[in-house]
Amino acid sequence: MIVAKRKPFAEIMAMLEGYDKVLNVGCGTCVSVCLAGGEKEVAVLNTELEMARRLQDAPLDIQGHTIERQCDREYLAELDTMIADGKFDALLSMACGVGIQFLAERYPRIPTFPAVDTTGLAVNQAVGWYEERCRSCSQCVLGTTGGICPITMCAKGLLNGPCGGTNKGSCEISADQPCAWFRIHERLSGQGRLDAIRKINTTRGWNDQTPRNLIQPGYKKPERMAK
Amino acid sequence: MSTETKYSSGSNLEKVLKSGQFAFTGELGPPRGTDVDEVREKARFLKGHVDSVNITDNQTAVVRMSSWAASLIAIDEGLEPNYQMVCRDRNRLAMQADILGGYALGIRNMLCLSGDHQQFGDHPDAKGVFDIDSIQLIALVKQMRDEGRFLSGNEIHKPPKMFIGAASNPFADPFEWRVHRLAKKIEAGADFIQTQCIYNMPKFREFIRLANEEGLTEKVYILGGVTPMKSVGMARYMATKVPGMDVPEEIINRLKGVEKSKVAQEGINIACEQIEEFKAMKGVHGVHLMAIEWEHMVPQIAEQAKVLPRPVFD
Repeated sequence: MIVAKRKPFAEIMAMLEGYDKVLNVGCGTCVSVCLAGGEKEVAVLNTELEMARRLQDAPLDIQGHTIERQCDREYLAELDTMIADGKFDALLSMACGVGIQFLAERYPRIPTFPAVDTTGLAVNQAVGWYEERCRSCSQCVLGTTGGICPITMCAKGLLNGPCGGTNKGSCEISADQPCAWFRIHERLSGQGRLDAIRKINTTRGWNDQTPRNLIQPGYKKPERMAK
Repeated sequence: MSTETKYSSGSNLEKVLKSGQFAFTGELGPPRGTDVDEVREKARFLKGHVDSVNITDNQTAVVRMSSWAASLIAIDEGLEPNYQMVCRDRNRLAMQADILGGYALGIRNMLCLSGDHQQFGDHPDAKGVFDIDSIQLIALVKQMRDEGRFLSGNEIHKPPKMFIGAASNPFADPFEWRVHRLAKKIEAGADFIQTQCIYNMPKFREFIRLANEEGLTEKVYILGGVTPMKSVGMARYMATKVPGMDVPEEIINRLKGVEKSKVAQEGINIACEQIEEFKAMKGVHGVHLMAIEWEHMVPQIAEQAKVLPRPVFD
C-alpha cells in the first residue's frame, strides 16, 4: 500500500496561516491503514490545530471529512456540495500525494495543502511499522532477484550487487538496514538459482523519468479528456 | 598470466603488467580546495616510485577537486594517473563526456567504482545518481574502446582507449560470491583489479586460490591492496568502523606489541611482508599501495618493499 507520515505540526500551522475556514479531508484507504490520514487522524489533527490557533488568538474554523478514496472521482464528488463557493478558504488533505493532487484539481480555486508526506509503497511489518518495498520503476526485476527488489532495498539501487560496502549482511549505510544483495544471494542460493545473478544485468533504460500514463489494453482515454 | 605485446591503450601500467613485471601503483587524494601545489607536492613523492597513481573521485563522498582535474596535474608532474570514476555522482551522459575529455587530455587508465554512499560524506542529503552501476560502467568503457560506440550505440569519432580497472573486496560477505562477482567484472571487461586493503592474509590466500581455480587470474591482472597502519588507533578504526574491512586481532596486537614510537615502522614492516608474499603468489600481479595522507612515506616503503626501480618503457 501507499504509506505516508503526518507532516511536522509547525509546518502545517505555517501553511494554514491567514486561513480561517478550513476543511481537512481524510482518505479511507491506504493512509487510513497506515495510521496517517484516516478519520481518526483527521479528528486528532483538527483538535490540535483548533487549540493552537485559539492560543494564538486566531481561531480556526476547521471541519473534517474522510472519503473512501481521494484518488477516485466517484468518491471526491461527495465533497462538491460541502465545498460550495466561499464555505472554506482552504483545504487540507491527509491523503497521499496522489489524493492531494486530485483534490486540488477538483477545486482549483481553493488553495489545497498537504498534511502528510508520502513515503512510498510499503508492507506492514508490524502495527505502525511500514517498510518500503517498491519504487514503481515500471520494469520489475523480481523474477531474477529472488523476489527482493534491489532498486528499492539497495541504497545504491545496484543491478549487479552486492558492492564492497556490504557489511556482515547489512548495508554500509546502517547496521539496521539489511543488504539487499546479501539477501538476494541468500534466497537464490537456497533455491539453487544463483545462476540468475551470475550473468550481468546490463544497463537499463529508466522508465520513470517522465510522467507516466497507463492505459490498460482494450481501453482508451475518454473522448472528452483526449485533447 | 602470459606476457603479451598487444596493447589496448597507451597506458604505462598496461605495459608493466603485459611485460610480466610485478606492478606497483599508488594513490593520491585530491585536495578539498584549489591548492594545485598540494597535488604537485604529493605527486613528487610518488614519481618514479609507482607505475600509476589512482586519483580518487570524491572519496568517502566528500567534495574534492575533481578527479580528472587532479589527474591532469599528476600528468603534468610526470605521473601516470589511474582516473577513478564513481557511479554516485554522474549519469551516463556526464560519465561518457568525462571519459572523452579525460582521454583527450592524456588519461589512459580508469578505475570503475560504485562509490561510497552519499550518506557518509559532507553532503549526506545529496541525490545519489547510480544511473548505472560499477559493472555496467566497466562494460561502458569497454564498449567505447573496443566498439567505438557510445552506450546509445552511436559511433564515436576517435574513441577513447582506456586500460580498464575495477575493484574487488575479497572480504565482504557472502565470501563465496566474491569470486563470482570478480568473474562478472572480468566478463564486463576489466583488464586489471585493485583489491580492498588486505589484512586478513589467510582469507586473501583462499580468495586467490578460488580465483586461480576458476581460471580468473589468467584473464585479469590482480593488484593486492595494501595500506600500512600508522597507529593502533587507525587499526582499530579500520577494524570496527569501515564497512567491508577485515582486520584480524593479530595485526592490532602486533602493533600494540611495539614501543609507541615504532608503531608506524611496524605497520610498514607488516605491509612489506605482505608485498613480499604477493610477489611470490600465483595469481597476484602487483600491489596497489594506498598510503592514505602518507604519500611522503611512499619512497621509503617502495625501497623497503624492494620494488624499485620501476620499469621504464620508450
